[in-house]
Amino acid sequence: MLRFENVLLQQGQFKLRVDWTLPRGARLAVVGPSGAGKSTLLSAVAGFLDPYEGCIFWETARIDDQPPAKRPVTMLFQDHNLFGHLTAAQNVSLGLNPSLKLNAEQTQSVEGALDRVGLGNYADRRPAALSGGQQGRVALARALIRNRALWLLDEPFSALGPGLRREMLSLVSEMAENSGATVLMVTHDPDDAVRFADYTVFVNDGVAQAPKLTNELFADPPIELRAYLGT
Amino acid sequence: MKTSLIAAGLLTLAGIANAQSPVLTVYTYDSFVSDWGPGPVVEAAFEETCGCDLQFVAAGDGAALLARLQLEGSNSDADIVLGLDTNLTARAREAGLVVPHGLEVPSLDLPISWTDDAFLPFDWGYFAFVHNADMANAPGSFEELIALPDDVKIVIQDPRSSTPGLGLLMWVKAAYGDRAPQIWEGLAPHILTVTSGWSEAYGLFLEGEAEMVLSYTTSPAYHLIAEQDASKTAANFSEGHYMQVEVAAMLEGSDQPELAKQFLSFMLSDGFQSAIPTTNWMYPAVIPTDGLPEGFETLIQPSQALLKSPEDAASVRDAALQEWLTALSR
Amino acid sequence: MADRTQPLSLVGAGKAASAALLVVILGALLAVAATGTSTLRLGPSDWAALRFTVLQAVLSAAISVLLAIPLARALIRRRFPLYGLAITLLGAPFLLPVLVAVLGVLAVFGRNGLISQMMMSIGLPPIEIYGLQGVVLTHVFFNLPLATRLILQGWLSIPSEQVRLGHALGFGPSEAAQHLERPVLQAVLPGAFLVIFLICSTSFAVALTMGGGPRATTLELAIYQAFRFEFDLSRAAALGAVQVALCAVAVLAIRMVPTAPDGFGGLDATRLQLPKGGKWVRAQDIAVLLLGLGFLLFPILMILVRGFPFVSNLPDTIWMAALRSLCVAIVSVSIMLVLALPIATTLARFPTGWPHFAAALPIAVSPLVLGLGAFVGLRPWIDPGSVVLPLTAFVNAVMSLPFVLRSLVPELRKVDAHHGRLAVALGMSRSNWMRLIVLPRLRRAHGFGAGLTAALSMGDLGVIALFGSADRGTLPLAIYQLMGSYQMDAAAGAALVLMALTLCIFWIFDRGGRFNAAV
Repeated sequence: MLRFENVLLQQGQFKLRVDWTLPRGARLAVVGPSGAGKSTLLSAVAGFLDPYEGCIFWETARIDDQPPAKRPVTMLFQDHNLFGHLTAAQNVSLGLNPSLKLNAEQTQSVEGALDRVGLGNYADRRPAALSGGQQGRVALARALIRNRALWLLDEPFSALGPGLRREMLSLVSEMAENSGATVLMVTHDPDDAVRFADYTVFVNDGVAQAPKLTNELFADPPIELRAYLGT
Repeated sequence: MKTSLIAAGLLTLAGIANAQSPVLTVYTYDSFVSDWGPGPVVEAAFEETCGCDLQFVAAGDGAALLARLQLEGSNSDADIVLGLDTNLTARAREAGLVVPHGLEVPSLDLPISWTDDAFLPFDWGYFAFVHNADMANAPGSFEELIALPDDVKIVIQDPRSSTPGLGLLMWVKAAYGDRAPQIWEGLAPHILTVTSGWSEAYGLFLEGEAEMVLSYTTSPAYHLIAEQDASKTAANFSEGHYMQVEVAAMLEGSDQPELAKQFLSFMLSDGFQSAIPTTNWMYPAVIPTDGLPEGFETLIQPSQALLKSPEDAASVRDAALQEWLTALSR
Repeated sequence: MADRTQPLSLVGAGKAASAALLVVILGALLAVAATGTSTLRLGPSDWAALRFTVLQAVLSAAISVLLAIPLARALIRRRFPLYGLAITLLGAPFLLPVLVAVLGVLAVFGRNGLISQMMMSIGLPPIEIYGLQGVVLTHVFFNLPLATRLILQGWLSIPSEQVRLGHALGFGPSEAAQHLERPVLQAVLPGAFLVIFLICSTSFAVALTMGGGPRATTLELAIYQAFRFEFDLSRAAALGAVQVALCAVAVLAIRMVPTAPDGFGGLDATRLQLPKGGKWVRAQDIAVLLLGLGFLLFPILMILVRGFPFVSNLPDTIWMAALRSLCVAIVSVSIMLVLALPIATTLARFPTGWPHFAAALPIAVSPLVLGLGAFVGLRPWIDPGSVVLPLTAFVNAVMSLPFVLRSLVPELRKVDAHHGRLAVALGMSRSNWMRLIVLPRLRRAHGFGAGLTAALSMGDLGVIALFGSADRGTLPLAIYQLMGSYQMDAAAGAALVLMALTLCIFWIFDRGGRFNAAV
C-alpha cells in the first residue's frame, strides 16, 4: 500500500497536492497536461524531491525521509537508462552492487534476469550495439533484479515506435504481475493507460486527484480530463 | 573636410613648435634616464646652452640599443646613440649607423688610449660581482664562485641585450679563453635568472633574491655616498676585471648634425662629466675639476684590467655567445 | 541552384573577409618563410627553446588538467557562501592581462612573496620562481580555471536521468566517479589538455618575465630575442617557422580528439547533484576548495593590496599608455566586429570549404609570428614602428576571431534553421532579415565576443613588445618597462589600473550584449 498523507510538493512557484492511497500490486497510470507535475509526483516517491509538507508511506513505513537508494523503489526513465561504457550485464549488475563486485550467486541472477527479458546472448554487448528495444529490456532487467516492491516508470520507452512500445509495456505488465510489484507509470497517451493500468490518476491544476479505476474514469471523464483529452 | 582642417591645424602647431626649438633625440639605456640617473641633470645643463629641446629615449639596455637602431633603420628619429661600449662599436660601425664626429678630442682620463673617429667615451668602469659585505665565503675568483654551494645565487644580464651581460661574456673569454665553456657550465647552477637589463638585475639583488649581482666595482659607491650605507662591496677577482668604456656617437640618419656635434662636445665638458660619478656611478672619462667624490677611494682596485679591442670583441662575440647559450640552456 | 530556404545575406562579404584573413595570415607566414629559409639551420640553443616550449606546455597542461578534476568535483559537490562568485572567478583569469598575473604570482610565490616568507620562517628554503617552475606555475594559474570549467561543462552534460539513476542505485562518490564522471572525463580531458598545450606553446610574456635565461626560453621568447636583441631577422623567422609547425601539430591533434566544450558562458553547477559522500570526502573537498580558490584569488588580491597605494602617484606617461591601450582595444573590437559577422554567416551557411580553413588559421599562428611577418612585409613600404598600435589592434582582433566565431556560428545556424524558411516565405529583405531577426539574436554573442576581444587587446604584450617603443607604448609595455627598471611598486600600481580597465571594458561590452537581449 502506497499512501500520500497531506503531501504538498513545491518547486519554486509550482505546487502539487497529493492525498490518497494506492493498494499493493496495483498498476497506476499518471496522466495530465504537460507541466502539471506528473514527473514531480514520481520524483517525490523516488526521493529526488522532499515533500514540503506531509508524509509518504509504503505499507506501514515512512519512506520520504530515506535516501533514494534505500527506498523500496526502482525507477525506469524515459531515456538514458543505461551507462554507455558498461556492457549489458554490467548495467544489470549495477542493480545488485554499484561497485560491480558480484559473487557467483549474484552473477547467476544477472544472467537469469537477462534471460527473462530475452537477452541471454547479449550480455557482453554495450548499449551502442543494442537496438532501442533491447536497451529498454536491459533497463527492465535491472529494475527487475533489484527486487523492489514499487516500480516507477517515467514515460518509459517513449523514444520507441508505437509497436515496440506496446510490446515493452506488455512485458512490464507480465513481469510486474509475476513479481507482485506495484507500478506507477507516467504517460501522456490515454491508450497506454487503458491498456496497462488498473488505476489512473489525473494530475491537473496543482492537484493529483485520487486514483480511479481506469475503465470507469475514461468511460465517464470529468470535465477537466475531457478538456485534456479533447473529447 | 573638418578632419583635414584639424590635421592642417595640428601640422601648423607642430611646425611652430619645431621652429621654436630644434629637437635633439638621444637614444640611451633605461637607467641613464631614470630619475636618479644622469639624464635629468644632463638635460637641464645642455638645454641651458643649446637653445634646443634635448630628448632622451630609453630603449632598453645598452646592447638592445643597437638592435633598436637597426630595426628602425632610416626611419629613426635618433640623432645620437649614447650607451654602447667598446664591445659593440665595431658592429655599429659595420652596420653603417654612425658617422665621424670631426671634433677636437680633449685629453681623456682613460686607462687606455683613444683613437676612434666616430665614438667618444663618456665614462668607464670595471665589471664586478656586487654582494653584501657580510656575505660569508665571498668568492675571490670565478673558480671560487663555482665551488660555492649551488644555493648561492647570482643574477646576470643577457649578453644580447645588455652591455654588462656582454661584458661578462668577454670577461670570461679574456680570462679563460678556450676554457670559457667550462666556466659557464660551472656558473650555470648559480644563476638565479638572466635579466634583459642591468636595472632589473640590480633590483632583484637589492630585494634579496640573490646573493650577488653582475654590476661594477663602482656600484658600492652609490650605497656609500647616496645612502650612507657601507654594507655593499664588490668581489675582487684574482683573474682581473674586464673593463667597460661607455661611448656615444652621432648617427648617420641625424637631421641635426650640428646640434649633435655640440652635444658630443658638451659630453666631455665639466657640466656632463661632473654628474657621472654620483648619477651613473662610473669613472668619468674626463676627471672634473673637483676630482672624484669622497668615497670612491674605498672602492676595490682590480689587480689586472682586461679589455679586448673592438675588433677582437666583435670577432669572438658570436662564438662566445653560442658557448654561453649552449652552457646555459642545458 | 542556391539554397532558397534561407535568405541570402552577407555571404559575399563573408567570403571577402575570409579571403582577406587568409591573404594577411598567409602573407605574413610567407614573408617569415622567405626571410627565414636561407638560414633554417637551428643551433643547440634553438633546439633547447623548442624542447623547453614543449616541456613547459606539456607540464602546464597536465598539471592544470589533473588539478582541475578534484576542484571541479568539489565545486559540484559543495555549496558555500559566495558560491556564484567563485564560479565567476573561474572565468576571470582568461581575461586577466598576463603581466598582471605575473606580478600577482611573483607577489605570492616569489622569494619575497607570502609563501616563501612563510617557508623561510619555518626554516625551509624559499621557492625558486624563475625558470621552469615559474613559467609552469603561472600557466597553471591561467589554465586551471579553464580546465575546471571544461570539466564542469562536461559533467553538466550528463543526462539528469543518469544522475538520478545513480542515486536510485545507491552510488557513493567512488561509484559516481566510476560510472558518471569518468566516461565524461575520457571524452573531455584529451581536448582540454591539447587546448591548454596550444595556449602554453605560444607563451611569450610569461616566459619573458618568469623565464630564467637560456634554460627557460620558449620559441616565442627566442623570436623576440633574435628580433629585439640582435635584429637577426632570418633567425627570428626560422624560429617562427618552427613555432608555426608546432602549433599546426597541436591543432591537427585537437582535430583528432572529441571537441571539448568551449569553456565560456554561464555555468549552473547547482543543476548537478552528485553523491556528497561522508565526512572525509567533505573534509577533502573543503581542503581542495580552499587551496584551489586561494591559489587563484591570492595573486589577484596581492595586486590590489600592493598596487592600490601607488595608483594615485602614477606618472602621466602611465595614464597616456592606458589611454593608448583603451584606443587599441576599441579599434580591435571594431575590426573584429567587421570581420566576425560576415565570416560567421559564411561558415554557418557552408558546412565545409576554404573559409573554414581561413577562420581556423589564427589558432595556428602565434602573435609574434604574425607581428614578425607584418614587420618584414611592411618594411619596404612604410615604417612598421609607426603603425605598431593599429597592428596590435589588428593582430588581437584576428587572434580573438576563432573564439568569437565559436559562439556566433552555432547561434547563426539556429537562427537560419528556425526562421530561415519563414523569412523567405514572408519575402523579407536582406536588410530587414539582418536587422530584425539576426542581429537581435546575436547580441549576446556579439557582446561577449567584443568584451573578450577588448580584454585580450588591453592586456596584450606581443607585437607591441616586438617593435613598439616607450613613447608610443601600451599599458602592458609600460608595466614591462617598469618591471625592467625594477620599479615594482609603480608596476603593481599600473597593473592594478590595467586589471581594473580590462575587467571594466569586458563588463561593459558583455553587459551591453545582454542588456534587454531578446535571447
